[in-house]
Amino acid sequence: MADVTLMKTPAETALVQAFESAKTSLPGQAESRAQAFEQFNQRGLPHRRVEEFKYTDLRAMMREVAPFASTPSSEEAQAALAGAKALAGVAALQVPFVNGHFVREAVDFHKLPENVEIVPLAEALADGHEWLARLSPVPWSNDNPVYQLNTSFMADGVMIRIAGPVETPVHLRFVTSATSAVATATRILVVVEEGASATLLETHESTDGANHQPNDVVEMIAGDRTNVQHVRVNAEGDKALALSTLAAKIGGEAVFNSINVTAGSATSRHQVFTILDGENTNLRVNGATMLKGTQHADSTLVVEHAAPHCESRELFKTVIDNEATGVFQGKIIVPHHAQKTDGRMMSAALLLEEGGSMNNKPELEIFADDVQCAHGATCGQLDEDLLFYLRARGLPKKEAESLLVQAFLGEALEFVENETVREALVGTVEGWLRARS
Amino acid sequence: MLEIKNLVVQIEDKRILNGLNLTVNKGEIAAIMGPNGSGKSTLSYVIAGKEDYEVLDGEILLDGENVLEMEPDQRAAAGVFLAFQYPLEIPGVASMTFLKATLNAQRKARGEVELTTPDFIKRVNAVATQLEIPKDMLKRALNVGFSGGEKKRMEILQMALLQPSFCILDETDSGLDIDALRVVSEGVNALRSPDRAFLVITHYQRLLNYIVPDTVHVMHSGRIVKSGGKDLALELEANGYADYRDSEAA
Repeated sequence: MADVTLMKTPAETALVQAFESAKTSLPGQAESRAQAFEQFNQRGLPHRRVEEFKYTDLRAMMREVAPFASTPSSEEAQAALAGAKALAGVAALQVPFVNGHFVREAVDFHKLPENVEIVPLAEALADGHEWLARLSPVPWSNDNPVYQLNTSFMADGVMIRIAGPVETPVHLRFVTSATSAVATATRILVVVEEGASATLLETHESTDGANHQPNDVVEMIAGDRTNVQHVRVNAEGDKALALSTLAAKIGGEAVFNSINVTAGSATSRHQVFTILDGENTNLRVNGATMLKGTQHADSTLVVEHAAPHCESRELFKTVIDNEATGVFQGKIIVPHHAQKTDGRMMSAALLLEEGGSMNNKPELEIFADDVQCAHGATCGQLDEDLLFYLRARGLPKKEAESLLVQAFLGEALEFVENETVREALVGTVEGWLRARS
Repeated sequence: MLEIKNLVVQIEDKRILNGLNLTVNKGEIAAIMGPNGSGKSTLSYVIAGKEDYEVLDGEILLDGENVLEMEPDQRAAAGVFLAFQYPLEIPGVASMTFLKATLNAQRKARGEVELTTPDFIKRVNAVATQLEIPKDMLKRALNVGFSGGEKKRMEILQMALLQPSFCILDETDSGLDIDALRVVSEGVNALRSPDRAFLVITHYQRLLNYIVPDTVHVMHSGRIVKSGGKDLALELEANGYADYRDSEAA
C-alpha cells in the first residue's frame, strides 16, 4: 500500500508559521497552546469529508491566513468604539475590544456594578490566575478544530465573575477597525455563581472590504439556580470569515437563554456547545440569520442533557436571499441516566429567491428510554396566498414580503426579555429588509 | 363605476369566465348568485388581481381605468376591496400592525399623509365597537385562532377602515351564524353611500334579506345569464338554478 502524505494547504502552512512565530510572545499557557495546536495540526483545517464540517468546508473557504492584529493605540481604540453601532442604544456596562484586544481604559474598575468582577485575560494568562483552571468547561470542545485554533492563538479577553443578581446588562463589544485584513482570537470566561443572574450582550462588528478572520470563544459556567440571558449579534464586515464558539456548562434549576443574530460576514460559523449539568434546568438556544448575495452562515449546536429532568428548546430561523447558503446542524445528546429529558429542536428556512440553499442536519442521540425529544426542519418560500392577501389590502410587494419575513424571524426573537434589546434586534431585521428593497 | 366587458379568463388551461359583461353603478349594491363552479370567486379574484389567473380577453374598468394593468396593491389604493371568503391567518403579525401598515400604504400610494398612531387607534376603536370586536382580538396575530365569524368581522373592519370605493364580498355569509350575519350586515349597510358600490357574491338569498341589493345577476358557466331587481333572488330561492342549466344545454 502506498504511503499517503496529506498535502498542507497554503493556509495550513501559514497557520503553522504563525503559531511558531507567535508562541513565545503569546501570554502564558505555553503547554496547553502547544498541545491544542498539535491536535489541530494533525488533522489540519476541517473539510467536507469531516462530518461536522460537511457543509462548511473550512479548508476550501480559508485560502489565506490574515496576520494577527496588534494592540491598537488608545486613539485608535477610542475612534473605533465611537463608531460602534451594534446595540448602541442599550444601556449596559461596556466591556470593549478593538482588533481583538481588551480596551482596559474604557472600563472603570472602581465603579463596576455590584456583584461584577472583571479580570483582563492577557494579564491573567501571564500571571497564571487561579480562575484559568475553569477554562474549557465543556471538555469535548477541545476536540473541535475551531476551538483548538482559538486555544492556540488566544491573545486577549476577559474573565468575568457574576456573584449575585446583576441588573445592568454586560456588553462585550468587539470592534475590528483595521482597514486591512487581520485575524483575532479572543477568549471570554463568564462564571455565574450559584443563584446569580445576568444579561450578557455580545456584538461583533468590523470594517467592510477586508478579509478579517475573527475566532472568538465565549465560555460560561452557570451555577445552580442561575438565570443567564445571552444575546449575540454578528454584524461583521462583508468580507469577514467569522468563527465563534459558545461553550456553556449549566447547573441545576437554572434558566439559560441564548440567541445569535447573524446578518454580517461573508462566511460565518457559530458553534454552541452546552452541557446541562444539573436537574430541572431550562435551556433555550435560538438563532435568527439573514443572508444575501453569496453569504454563507453555519449554526452548529450540540446540547448534552447530562442530567435528568431538563428541558431544552432550540429554534433556528434562517432567511436566505439571492444565492446565499445557510447551514443548521443540531444535535441533542441524552445519555441513559438522563431520564425525563424534554428536548425540542426546530430549524426553519425561508428562501426568497431561486438559487439560495439551506442545509439542515438535525440529530438526536438518545440512550435513555423515558424521554421526549423531537426535531424538525423545514425549507420553504413565502406563501403566495398570504402575499396576495397583503397586497390586496394595499401593501406593495416588497412591503408585503418584509412583513412576512419579520413575522418569520420574530418568533425566534420574542423570548428576549430585555425590551430595548429586543427592539434593537427587530431594528436589525428591519434594516436588513430595507437594504433589500 | 365598474364596467366589465367581455371578460375571458382561464386557469391552467381551464376556461372559467366566458365573455362576462357586468356594470355596477356608483351607490349600487349588485348581487351575484349562481351555482357552485359558475366562476363567482374567480371573478372576485380577477378584479382584485390574483396572479394565478390568465386573462385572455376583455377589460375591467374602474372609473374608466383598466385595473387589469395594475398590481394588486395599486388596485387597492384605487379603491378595490375584496372581503375574502376564507380570510388568511398571518402568524407573527399583530392585527393592529397589519391594519396600520395597510392603511398607511394606501394613503402613501394616494399621496396622502400617513396617520399618526393616536388618530389611527381612534379610528380602529370606533369601527371595532360597531362590529362588536373586542380590543384584545386586535392585539392577537391576524386571524390566528379566530372563529369563522371573527374572521369575517375582521374583514368588514378592514373595509370600514380602508374606506374603499368598490367592495367585493365573496360569500361573506358562509360560516356565519345568524347573530354574526346580523353584525356583519349592519357593518356593511353602515358603509352604503352614494359614492360606493358593492358586489355581493352569495349562494343564498338569506344574506340579501340583510343586505338588500339594487340589482341581482345570475351567473352560470362564466357568464351573466340573467339580470333583474331584488325579486330575482327570491325567484331563484324558490326555483333553484335548474332553469339556467337547461338553457345552457339548449
